[in-house]
Amino acid sequence: MKSPVFRSYAIIYLIFLYAPIILLPLFAFNDSKVIAFPLQGFTTAWFREMWEDVTLWNAVQNSLIISISVAVISTLLGLFAARSSTRFNFPAKAGIMGLIMLPMVLPEMILAMALLVVLLAIGVELSLLTIILGHVLVCTPFAVAILSSAFQSLDQSLEEAAYDLGETPISTFWLIILPLVMPGIISSLLICFTISLDEFIIAYFLGGTDTVLSVYIYGQFRFPAKVPAIMALGTILVLLSIALLATAEYFRRRGIAKAGGKDTGGFL
Amino acid sequence: MTKSDAMIEFRDVHKYYGDYHALRGITATIRPGEFFSLLGPSGCGKTTLLRTIAGFEDISSGAVLIDGRDMAGVPANKRPTNMVFQSYAIFPHLSVEENVGFGLRRDARSKEEKAKAVAEALEMVGLKGYGKRAAHALSGGQRQRVALARALILKPKVLLLDEPLSALDKKMREQMQVELIKLQRQVGITFILVTHDQEEALVMSDRIAVMFEGEIAQLADPETLYRRPNSRKVADFIGTMNFLPAKVLEEGADAVEIDAAGFGRIHIEAKQVMGGATAEGATVGFRPETLTILYEGSAASDRESMATIEEVVYFGDMTYYDVKIDGTESPVRISMRNVFGRPVLDRGARARVGWSPGALVLFR
Repeated sequence: MKSPVFRSYAIIYLIFLYAPIILLPLFAFNDSKVIAFPLQGFTTAWFREMWEDVTLWNAVQNSLIISISVAVISTLLGLFAARSSTRFNFPAKAGIMGLIMLPMVLPEMILAMALLVVLLAIGVELSLLTIILGHVLVCTPFAVAILSSAFQSLDQSLEEAAYDLGETPISTFWLIILPLVMPGIISSLLICFTISLDEFIIAYFLGGTDTVLSVYIYGQFRFPAKVPAIMALGTILVLLSIALLATAEYFRRRGIAKAGGKDTGGFL
Repeated sequence: MTKSDAMIEFRDVHKYYGDYHALRGITATIRPGEFFSLLGPSGCGKTTLLRTIAGFEDISSGAVLIDGRDMAGVPANKRPTNMVFQSYAIFPHLSVEENVGFGLRRDARSKEEKAKAVAEALEMVGLKGYGKRAAHALSGGQRQRVALARALILKPKVLLLDEPLSALDKKMREQMQVELIKLQRQVGITFILVTHDQEEALVMSDRIAVMFEGEIAQLADPETLYRRPNSRKVADFIGTMNFLPAKVLEEGADAVEIDAAGFGRIHIEAKQVMGGATAEGATVGFRPETLTILYEGSAASDRESMATIEEVVYFGDMTYYDVKIDGTESPVRISMRNVFGRPVLDRGARARVGWSPGALVLFR
């Protein structure tokens, strides 16, 4: 690790990764309609313009409806899948779990196309609902992955102990299992929310007349005058994403520490 | 058999996991107030048997009775048993007192009475004043005690202990063994311990069931198990035993005459004659401490043989000698307590070995 070659490699790597993101706030506060150096001076006008854009707020509202629904539905489905895969044995378990996890690696474009064809064929009108459907498909594998790790770090004898001490299977779930996997549930909710919020392809393919945030932003780039305001919006979204992911990671780690397990991976 | 004679009764208990026959016709009785151990190597079915008492494992056929009542169809949360798990299974999100008082949730007693019961239980296991601590911050030995208090607070008829000491270091383990024995005497509850550690079983139990491959090989008190194991397999599993080939010369009603190489003709009483020989045929077995190296002026022994010392292992309080008795093929181990003023013998030395036919066991 001491070699200067490795050090410069690491630095260049990080610059390529993060420099474009640093440009966002730079131009968001730049007093010019043109995105170019040199910077022209400081302004908060773009934030004001963004704030007053009604279509933007409409898109934000749509996105929030979708992302919150997706987070809840995916986490619930993930809960069932993770619980059954870690606790019970059933025929073709590996195959079923593989199929559940598959959308994680399947190109979203293929998913979006396939869903669009099917939905049109059976005559479902495209709406926020169809986007939710697509997003749940993409987010559930993440929920399963996060929750499986939460369930796996649970010692099975904890359940048996509660049962042995007179509790029923249902009260054992409420009193022992749920509190111990709660950090995983919160973490899953946050991750699914974030993934759904900035997903573009499915939202673009399956969205009807209602625009969501990612599609709206893409559309605005056609108008050069709108770009600085988008930079301002981007700045806010970056900060929110970092805050969300950090919260998710905090809960995941706390969950592992609580169950007395060892940290093996994670998103941050 | 009257009801008071059996706290647990196994009646021809079988358990299959698919094709695997885990328990092969267990029939045994555990008495009330007894400290009973299930001893055997891993995979012998001892934990499975324990879990059939707790209700975590259904049996394929036969019956398990607790205090005279057939447990078929009675779920774990309705059985008069409580368990201390190998991992302790302390609820990590609860405090020590919440853990200990967990089983009282469905109890009709008042809050104050429950708090008093929790405090008493904690005091009983030597954790007075630890109630407010977070359970996940405790040491291994302390978790063990919390698990004990939590299981005993419900005053079960039977306490089940699944290898409770295996995660502790040697010193802590020995200390907990003594504490468990004292605790068992104090509460008078039937304790059933699963262990693979033969020493632990000998130290703690009133009676021990030695299990191999889903069957009870021998059920006896520790001394019988040690002195008169009923097969070579049990003898091999419990402590150290020397084996020498033997030839049966004459069979009487209450004794057998044998010829064992190096020992000459020996008269073995019927109670010392066991089955369970291996394919090699009859063998005579004896514990290392039943042979003595005779020094000048030692008290005379029943019988004597000459031997050559091949190996010396010095343990401080004891010395193990591997000696080859004249006329035998393989060396046998003798353990001698070291006495002040008596020299430890050297490798290659010649020695007189004293022994008594009464200490020998014949497997045939």
